[in-house]
Amino acid sequence: MQSNAALEYDYTVAKLFTYTAILFGFVGMLIGTLIAAQLAFPELNYLLGEYGTFSRLRPLHTNVVIYGFTVSGVFATFYYSAQRVLKVSMAESKFLMFVGKLQFVLYVILATAMVVTLLMGITTTKEYAQMEWPLDVLTVLVWVLWGVAMFGLIGIRREKALYISMWYFIACFLGVAMLYLFNNMEVPTYFTSGGVGSIMHSVSMYSGTNDALVQWWWGHNAVAFVFTVPIVAMIYYFLPKESGQAVYSYKLSLLSFWGLMFVYLWAGSHHLLWSTVPDWMQTMGSVFSVVLILPSWGSAINMLLTMKGEWNQLTENPLIKFMVLASTFYMLSTLEGPIQAIKSVNAIAHFTDWIPGHVHDGVLGWVAFMIMAGLFHMAPRMFKREIYSKKLIEAQFWIQTTAVVLYFTSMWIAGITQGMMWRAVDEYGNLMYSFIDTVTVLHPYYAIRALAGVLYVTGFVMFAYNMVKTMTSSRELSEEPQFRSPMA
Amino acid sequence: MFHWLEKNPFFFSVGVFLVIAFAGLIEILPNFAEASRPVDGLRPNTVLELAGKNIYMKDQCIACHSQLIRPFKAETDRYGQYSLSGEYAYDRPFLWGSKRTGPDLHRVGNYRTTDWHENHMWEPTSVVPGSIMPAYKHMFTNVADLATAYAEAVTVKNVFNTPYGDDIQPGKKAFEAYKPKVLAEAKKIADNMKNKDVKDAVAAGKVPEVVALIAYLNSLGTNRYEAKK
Repeated sequence: MQSNAALEYDYTVAKLFTYTAILFGFVGMLIGTLIAAQLAFPELNYLLGEYGTFSRLRPLHTNVVIYGFTVSGVFATFYYSAQRVLKVSMAESKFLMFVGKLQFVLYVILATAMVVTLLMGITTTKEYAQMEWPLDVLTVLVWVLWGVAMFGLIGIRREKALYISMWYFIACFLGVAMLYLFNNMEVPTYFTSGGVGSIMHSVSMYSGTNDALVQWWWGHNAVAFVFTVPIVAMIYYFLPKESGQAVYSYKLSLLSFWGLMFVYLWAGSHHLLWSTVPDWMQTMGSVFSVVLILPSWGSAINMLLTMKGEWNQLTENPLIKFMVLASTFYMLSTLEGPIQAIKSVNAIAHFTDWIPGHVHDGVLGWVAFMIMAGLFHMAPRMFKREIYSKKLIEAQFWIQTTAVVLYFTSMWIAGITQGMMWRAVDEYGNLMYSFIDTVTVLHPYYAIRALAGVLYVTGFVMFAYNMVKTMTSSRELSEEPQFRSPMA
Repeated sequence: MFHWLEKNPFFFSVGVFLVIAFAGLIEILPNFAEASRPVDGLRPNTVLELAGKNIYMKDQCIACHSQLIRPFKAETDRYGQYSLSGEYAYDRPFLWGSKRTGPDLHRVGNYRTTDWHENHMWEPTSVVPGSIMPAYKHMFTNVADLATAYAEAVTVKNVFNTPYGDDIQPGKKAFEAYKPKVLAEAKKIADNMKNKDVKDAVAAGKVPEVVALIAYLNSLGTNRYEAKK
């Protein structure tokens, strides 16, 4: 360094991804709420002609919240926090700045193409890997650019030891790269058939049971490396920063990190219990799912204990509320998952609404809470203004917490009810219920879930409004806040 | 030891990669050869059925319907024999699904008919009162993409040795030569339907999506016995 002045971090790319996180978060959650309502009120299927049915919109919902909202949030928080923990500014390298911006542009093109193709029904149907092969190629490009930016920043870093968040970001990059490549191995039919038919269509390299294995090796670990690993990276950075507390235990973070890396990948086959994959794989999936509680709870407990002696902040700072509740929901979700992965429980739970219930206490309560808290923390530092309204955050917190609780409780009841009804037999051993009986009984729970969706989206709109106001018209700050984010 | 690792991003990344790649290596690879063997008598989908499968994928039937009957009495009573790995040997991708908002379909060809499906796709509540499934009326007018289905048959035949006949060959001319066979198959389905527009379209050489979809649904559960005949 030539001067002794504090490093001026450059947040251009972080800001860009913040905007897309807000945009896609709103769109994805709105679609989610619509399809939740469609299950309670089927007339809502006909709002957009053939493009508006539950079936067409469901993958759009999952893809927009995963690849639109969550991944934007991951990139935004990465481009913000990586500079800081590595003690290097994006502005120091024209090349890395270019890479970051190029990544953003390609990402927006990709996300737009994803929305359009999924609406048109161009899909491989493999869950969270629905994008057809040309989009897969683009995805790889975006991901490689992220890797270049990541390892580029690491290459020119001043702080030699990588902070815990960086471990998790590196793992996210590597894990998704490996899994995505293998699961999306496909042969475009246009080129092998001498130019017949659609250029977009492809067939999977794997068939049947093998395809299922590779898919859920990916499907489960997309949850690991998109919904867990980078979110843990966020909480390891933002909670200590916002609270001014040091991470409780270095050893616990070590144990949790390497434990999570080793164990998570084995658990994928718990999505295939009682299916035609070999029994020993199913058992491995079950066993490792239960073992997975240890590293998951390790991180969560490490975060909660970071607040030791400072619990008063929970009442004073709504961002701390978000983060503490996020790690609590993380604990709930990572206990619930292993329970569902026990074979006898899975026999009832699989194929029912308990599964989306489980997913959503994780994604709404943990992932989205953590991303929103992270972006709130970043806003005063990126835009040099205080957060527009504390009251709004408080209200948002309680509305969204209510929404999450309504969502998972209603889906627990719905799932277990349906699972039990499917297997209920009368005194002669005949099935008691026709399939449709087990659908109509769910109506009240579907209605409650739709209400939960409306509440959660309302909270998200409050978040978006608060963020936009913070960017544009909030009081300006003369110097960067050290810990607690200033808010009006 | 770990402090050293944290200062060496390269070795750190290699370490992470090895640790995460390990499980896949042990858990996934060993099954590959075995699980790709078809059950005795299984035939691959016809081109019309492949077109139907692609509509099943396009309209994401998989969002609500599974194709996997688990080995429980409650499931075999409801849907038929539990599913076997070899029945999926030609399925690319697998279409097991992960959620049963509607019933399983792995053997639906055994107990539903063409006209039942026609009524159901047009207005689900007409045959299943209380159904929350949307109507798929657009399938009665949208034309199925036979060319892409044919291209898929060519691809799996040439790349994965799926047992199709010699009349499945690359090139547009080969497709045009093959097309009458697809239309003849479609006509058999349309003959059992009552929708006039669908019948007219098939007669004019255009296959509505619903016809291909029904051909596919009828093959589910029945295709594993037909190769023997």
